[in-house]
Amino acid sequence: MSENILILGATSAIARGTAAAFAARGDNIYLASRDEEELKRIAADLTVRYGVKVSYGLFDAAATDTHPAFFQAVLKEMQELNGVVLAFGLLGDQQAARDFSVAEKIITSNFTGAVSILSLCANYFEPLKRGFIIGISSVAGDRGRQSNYVYGAAKGALSIYLQGLRNRLFPSGVRVVTIKPGFVDTAMTFGLPGLFLVATPQHIGKQIVRTLSKSADVVYLPGFWRYIMLIIKHVPEVIFKRMKM
Amino acid sequence: MPTLTKPLSGWGRYPVQSCELERPERYADLRPTTDTLIARGQGRSYGDASLNENGRVILTERLDRMLSLDVQQGILKAEAGVTLAEILPVIVKQGWFLPVTPGTKYVSLGGCVAADVHGKNHHHDGGFGDHVLGIDLIMADGSHKTCSASENADIFWATVGGMGLTGIISEVTLKLLPIQTAKMMVSQHAANNLEHLFQLLENPALDDQYSVAWIDCLAKGGQLGRGIAMFGHHATIAELGESYSTEANPSQPPLDRGGADLAPLTKGGADSALPLTRGSWRGFASKRLNHPPLQTKPKRTRSLPFNFPSWILNPLSISLFNKLYFYRESRRKSPFLTDYDSYFYPLDSIGQWNRMYGKRGFVQYQCVIPEASALVGMIALLKELSASRRSSFLAVLKRFGAEGKAPLSFPMPGYTLALDLPIRDKGLFSLLDKLDHIVLQHGGRVYLAKDARISAESFRSMYPRFETWLKLKNKIDPSNRFSSSLARRLNIGGKAK
Repeated sequence: MSENILILGATSAIARGTAAAFAARGDNIYLASRDEEELKRIAADLTVRYGVKVSYGLFDAAATDTHPAFFQAVLKEMQELNGVVLAFGLLGDQQAARDFSVAEKIITSNFTGAVSILSLCANYFEPLKRGFIIGISSVAGDRGRQSNYVYGAAKGALSIYLQGLRNRLFPSGVRVVTIKPGFVDTAMTFGLPGLFLVATPQHIGKQIVRTLSKSADVVYLPGFWRYIMLIIKHVPEVIFKRMKM
Repeated sequence: MPTLTKPLSGWGRYPVQSCELERPERYADLRPTTDTLIARGQGRSYGDASLNENGRVILTERLDRMLSLDVQQGILKAEAGVTLAEILPVIVKQGWFLPVTPGTKYVSLGGCVAADVHGKNHHHDGGFGDHVLGIDLIMADGSHKTCSASENADIFWATVGGMGLTGIISEVTLKLLPIQTAKMMVSQHAANNLEHLFQLLENPALDDQYSVAWIDCLAKGGQLGRGIAMFGHHATIAELGESYSTEANPSQPPLDRGGADLAPLTKGGADSALPLTRGSWRGFASKRLNHPPLQTKPKRTRSLPFNFPSWILNPLSISLFNKLYFYRESRRKSPFLTDYDSYFYPLDSIGQWNRMYGKRGFVQYQCVIPEASALVGMIALLKELSASRRSSFLAVLKRFGAEGKAPLSFPMPGYTLALDLPIRDKGLFSLLDKLDHIVLQHGGRVYLAKDARISAESFRSMYPRFETWLKLKNKIDPSNRFSSSLARRLNIGGKAK
């Protein structure tokens, strides 16, 4: 049976891959992001390729006061929701983020905005006793490194928030999945030095949808990142602080 | 926008040049960002058309959204970065096909326009550009222009076959071809020499929507140019006959009919062809027909994981392959049904097949020789090739129809020959210069999308409408912002790097 899926931050490459994977199994999609031109194009593409119903609306993660009205509009359009994918995020420039105004923007986009919209989603699903929330966090949230610790801190906070949400919603039968992508071939990573075993966003999208048929709560994608992060997390801090990462 | 500088090449893997890549993901980010740039789709042109040595290359692969599909009229509008491989499954199930398709589906829509690609139906249906209803072109100043045969027609025709040098093609609207089934009805006829092959291709009783010939270019003497002429068309539901069943009758067992009971074609084997009526071992073709007519099965592709050592393709192994292929194909019972993938894109089933030619890469030499002297010219080319003791693993001959409106379009009425020649030593290039000479003598030309080495002078003789094109290029791109390694090699536009 086809489900109704809300994709937040729908214009990123991973979000596109995920939306395509949902559409391929016949789900109806609501795409949300700040970029109307892109939303229009992605919606048209999903409709042409998969013949599913695709709606879209403007959504700004940082404008938290607009979130309640936005969520109402989504429910009005879709009648009901079966699942939410949180795919927005802002890597930002770590050098510039030494300035708090920049750091604050990164934190709002990755964490505060996520808490705001996910609260609404959680409160919607909890009494219905069904549904799922997929939050796309990052391996950067597993350990703070000088190259992206503001982003990492915000994603780490998001991971902990999702963990708490999972714990709260478990009795209601609402599934909460944390996705931690490693290197994915997106605009965020294009041209970065030192990348290896880079996954395509289409592949990651398919994997994300596939987690719904499994029982995992925290999923590293591609899977081998679980082991890479296991090692990175266990390097003693006394050594880690001396490393250039 | 982040960039990535790395060594880049076309499909022939020669030449390899350092280019600065940029890959926009949002439509608004697709625009001229530097002084010198060229758009690149899938990089399936063979030589240096999609390279810009020490300059910017804009990858369009992420701008691949299909924007609308009118299933009644058969009109598809899509961003230029989408590949034919992505388009086909979407349109075929609605009863439509690409009006013109090259020999690989892993090409971008924008690339098909920029190279004005042709297919096996050129002699009937013209080039790709003839079926494009409109394009959106990003100009040197960053503005967007809608162009078609009726709106900004001069810019449109300069862009068709214009190798990306007039701007960035961002959207394409294409008129599709109606089909009844996803299958092809194919007839094959063997020819003992080139003259015979020409007769087959010119025989109106044999001719079909699509035609092409494979040549064994190692055959010599009286057998010079022996090969197999292949004709085909999209099969009709009637031609599938009883061998397919609808979903209403799924219990029907697969039939092994050996192709013999298939509805006879009106265009049967003509007397000039060798009799090809012996029993076929290819009965499985009909086993796969137990599907609704527009349904296809996904195919598995295998990739060459590494470069072959360059000695693997030598005259002996190629000659062995050619003999086997000729023998097998001449015994194949005609007509037979096959799926469109096997018919149009046989090489696509081997990913990265360009690695077959080794690390040094290869040159695909594709030329056209006008009708009047096509046979003489082709014989001269094959003799020159054979005298050089080089051989082409693949040699394809095809008849072209009328010349298109686009000044830089490759096809002209006559015959085109494509040869894949591995680069083993510098001697290859002097051979290719000799081939150029023969082509020029007969008033023919070389295909820019395949080329990596013709001279600026040869180019001007081969493309007499170049001056018309250049006038427009200078008008719409006065600072020569859209440039490529190919453009500089051919001395197109002033600013050489």
